[in-house]
Amino acid sequence: MKHISAADISAKVADLCIRACTVLPPDVVAALEAARDREESPLGREVLSRLLDNACIAQQDGVPMCQDTGLAVVFVEMGEDVRVTGGHLCDAITEGVRQGYERGYLRKSVVQSPLDRRNTGDNTPPIIHAEIVPGKQLKIAVAAKGAGSENMSRLQMMDPADGEAAVKRFVRETVEQAGASACPPVVVGIGLGGSFEQCALIAKKALLRPLSDSSPDPEVATLEADLLELINRTGIGPMAVGGRTTALAVKVEAAPCHIASMPVAVNLQCHAARHAEHTWE
Amino acid sequence: MAKQEPTKKPIEVRTPLSDADVRSLRAGQAVLISGVLYTARDAAHKRMFEALERGEDLPFDVRGQVIYYVGPTPAPPGRVIGAAGPTTAGRMDRYTPALLARGLKGAIGKGSRSEEVKEALKAHVAVYFGGLGGAGALLARHIQTVEIIAYEDLDTEAIRRIEVADFPAVVVNDCYGGDAYADARTRWGKR
Repeated sequence: MKHISAADISAKVADLCIRACTVLPPDVVAALEAARDREESPLGREVLSRLLDNACIAQQDGVPMCQDTGLAVVFVEMGEDVRVTGGHLCDAITEGVRQGYERGYLRKSVVQSPLDRRNTGDNTPPIIHAEIVPGKQLKIAVAAKGAGSENMSRLQMMDPADGEAAVKRFVRETVEQAGASACPPVVVGIGLGGSFEQCALIAKKALLRPLSDSSPDPEVATLEADLLELINRTGIGPMAVGGRTTALAVKVEAAPCHIASMPVAVNLQCHAARHAEHTWE
Repeated sequence: MAKQEPTKKPIEVRTPLSDADVRSLRAGQAVLISGVLYTARDAAHKRMFEALERGEDLPFDVRGQVIYYVGPTPAPPGRVIGAAGPTTAGRMDRYTPALLARGLKGAIGKGSRSEEVKEALKAHVAVYFGGLGGAGALLARHIQTVEIIAYEDLDTEAIRRIEVADFPAVVVNDCYGGDAYADARTRWGKR
């Protein structure tokens, strides 16, 4: 049995929140650089250059890359042989989010009630997705999810007979409707199959994959490549000013589903694809 | 290596804006904005709109002014503001025509506007600029002073009077019905 203290978890989660909001992951930087180098649209190229500058300035000035430092979406993989001491896991994560958003001068963007819109003042509660896995390790990933791209995300329960063509059309329409609101170039996370809620969850999890990878399933990998090309043919371009780079990557996670169902979820992620993780081994 | 067209030099824009200033701008132009802006987003717009419905004055004279849709992060020590990039403009669509009717000359945000807003931009000679979404750290460097002037209890959503220098943006909707987002799709889209 491995013991991890709640205080240790809080401290690390606070660090992850700050790091996610101020340091653009290297795979995202590399994708933006490659896009800038091949972008044909002058204004689009200019936008991509400025986004890269922005990532450097955020680190130099100790300021978040984007003012929407998001909801803290926390993915937990907890080994069966891990025990949290001195507190509860979810309380420890919540406390870490509270500390990180305060100490890192991050924006408090959570309201208690969707209707009365009163700000909770400390960016809690986070959204926590926990999974029990074999072993003695604890892995926590924090994604700072802004509303610009989240608001433009969609889910549809399709007919199985609609097939791949309908999936492609739905994904393209989602990106088109989002336009500049989602802050392109976007990363597109797609859930295909599962149930209503699992489909949305795997779409979000897909956004945590490295931008350069592709699905280990050859059929899904082909779908990812086809969708990326389809989206980049729309001409929307960086911040919708026109160009070849509308998406940096498309990630599809497929799951078994009911004989009568074909759920499709498209979770859009802005170019500031912010996440950070830590593993206790 | 794909063929690359040269970048056009941005146009300098100084606030407040006159009708003539607005009429000189065309959708698709890159601009650098200097002068005073007022920040307001969802909650501040709701309050301003409600004030107008009650027949009260707005917290600042909007005539000739430009509103920046932004909710900044807290200013770290030694800085006037934290990250400060544009938020989605569409959420302000329902409130915008009333402000334009009162003489507001421009707004900075990101994303498409409703048909009602585009018509109001034409009717009242005003302009909508698209800012660099997600470039909050870079844009903060273009903000020189910050003063909260209304709705302080709204914290990040309070109305701030800010002074900017060479703040980069693109004319998205001009006062002639031009739409840079639509033009971009026509120019760069492939069948």
